[in-house]
Amino acid sequence: MRLGIKARSQLTRGCALVVLTVGFIVVMIPLVWMASSALKTKEAANTMPPQWIPKEQVKVNVDGKDLFLYDIPVEGVVRRLALVSKDGPTGTFVNPDNPTEQYQLPVASGVRAKVVRFHWDNFAAAMKTVPFGRYLVNTLTIVLFGTIGTVASCTLVAYGFARFRAPGMSVLFLLLLSTIMLPPQVTLIPTFIIFRQLGWYDTLLPLIVPAFFANAWDVFLLRQFFMTLPIELDDAARIDGCGPWGILWHVIIPQSWPALITVTIFTVLYAWNDFYAPLIYLQSQEHWTVALGLQSFNALYSNQGNLLMAASVLMVLPPILIFFFAQRLFIQGVVISGIKG
Amino acid sequence: MGVTQISSGARPAAAQLEPTRARPRPGSLSRRESRWGYLFISPWLLGFVVFTAGPMLASLVLSLTRYDISNPPPTWIGLDNYIKMFTSDPKFWHSLRVTVTYALVAIPLGLTFGFALAYLLNLRVPGVPFWRTAFYMPAVMPAVASALLWGAIFNPRYGILNWFLSLVGIHGPGWLASRDWALPALIIMSLWGVGGGMIIYLAGLQSIPTTLYESAQIDGANGWQQVRHITLPLMTPVIFFNLVIGIIGTFQYFTEVYVLTSTASGGLGGPVDATLFYNINLYNNAFRYLNMGYASALAWVLFVIVLVLTLLVFRSSAAWVYYEGEVRR
Repeated sequence: MRLGIKARSQLTRGCALVVLTVGFIVVMIPLVWMASSALKTKEAANTMPPQWIPKEQVKVNVDGKDLFLYDIPVEGVVRRLALVSKDGPTGTFVNPDNPTEQYQLPVASGVRAKVVRFHWDNFAAAMKTVPFGRYLVNTLTIVLFGTIGTVASCTLVAYGFARFRAPGMSVLFLLLLSTIMLPPQVTLIPTFIIFRQLGWYDTLLPLIVPAFFANAWDVFLLRQFFMTLPIELDDAARIDGCGPWGILWHVIIPQSWPALITVTIFTVLYAWNDFYAPLIYLQSQEHWTVALGLQSFNALYSNQGNLLMAASVLMVLPPILIFFFAQRLFIQGVVISGIKG
Repeated sequence: MGVTQISSGARPAAAQLEPTRARPRPGSLSRRESRWGYLFISPWLLGFVVFTAGPMLASLVLSLTRYDISNPPPTWIGLDNYIKMFTSDPKFWHSLRVTVTYALVAIPLGLTFGFALAYLLNLRVPGVPFWRTAFYMPAVMPAVASALLWGAIFNPRYGILNWFLSLVGIHGPGWLASRDWALPALIIMSLWGVGGGMIIYLAGLQSIPTTLYESAQIDGANGWQQVRHITLPLMTPVIFFNLVIGIIGTFQYFTEVYVLTSTASGGLGGPVDATLFYNINLYNNAFRYLNMGYASALAWVLFVIVLVLTLLVFRSSAAWVYYEGEVRR
């Protein structure tokens, strides 16, 4: 039997949906696991089989004593009772709401009751274990100044490449693009030595200052955008008496918000996520960034899986939120620059 | 920012080299225009000299010296660093082997999965934005955090991966604690991020005109034939670009390995150097052993390797990359 084109494409789409759903589950499991571990007790984070929803045994206070709750069958009905005392295999249980209601039951027939409980306090605990506030301030300083530097310098350079003809300009542009292929290690050591000579080692400056000198990715992205803007508007502004600065400020920038915001988002995310440069340049803990702090958290408290995951969630949330709210721009930017992100 | 620019993504330089204007101007004006042009690009020019060209030369010179940063000045030793690297440094060869092994497995796998996902989304399934967001999410996560998360997942005793394996009766390996399984673990982790490639492929796929498929259908081409003769040829520039970037990226692979191994018993690049990537070895030499001269030599060899690989891929691309508007013999 041959299926019609329409039926066949519907069948294909159905199969695609099945595969996508499976892929979706596979991709989401680690994230769910992360969130669930962040809300557990330390013990629950290290149990097998894994607990997907954090549950724990609870105690109730009955007549001034903390007692474990049990789920235990009484005359065929499972009830939630508190264990008062044990006498061999038999235990004395009471109804926690009405302590005069007592039962003598075999302890083995019940199980300790578990209730769902999210440990939101893990986040506070994780932030107290390390100077998270300090790390956050450092990271935000780098993010803020790094972004200002990148957006400002890349806008100027992209404008120069997009709108001005000069001898050697296209060669310089090729040179700029070729730096994308240059492994940063090639310049790493002399740059490190220079910053060290300047006394900038163990300060935030090596992570901020280079941003003011533009980078190939963002210049390329902005230039591609500027070139799509009609040149006639430049000419009109020039007739109205605008110079090159005026054209940039009154014509180019007002039309380029999508591209400028895209560059901003990339720069913020890059600075937030960066690990290599902070690792090399920042030595003392008071200068560390969130990324470094998280790594050291792992080194010091690897047995506290729940707090580690809580700290990770804190670091992951900002990028994920930015991504959600600026998705369209973000994806366009990734597509234009080919890979970044 | 049109998605169509993707087709020129593989060789952006060739796309539009001339600025968007053509009117000739009198001499003095054009000289003034030049001056403004240089002025606007001067931040980059200055940065290029100070942070790229200068340090490149300096590192080339340093690579010919023995230089312990805590004990200057550098001593000139000619090509000794390079000779040592190629003849008597097993770590160098080992790190190359680790890096190339990872690249040979992870890059093709990532390419295949990323492309397959994009292809499925492009079948006009319902909810494309939803799927796109979900699959892309791991790619925006900080490497430190995702490495820590996967470290927990790979934990041989309490990790969920071995738990899933035990459900189907497999006794899972020690993953990051095992010499044989540490590298496969990193490859599995890298596949979690295939959404990054997927987005680019999806944009490329969406820019293929539907009329091409329609006329192919009229000619009786089946699904596979359409993929083989329309989709793949038109997508080769994008695939090609991701391949080049993937190779370069592997030689810079660092953060995940550092986070997962620096505090483990096997040490950075462990266990037993199973994850001693090229860049980890370079870091060790520069910032642990403080052999800045030797590390510079390693950096230059890395540069040459990346350059040669990129040129090879570019060279071979003539045979398999198809650019729109190109006449094929």
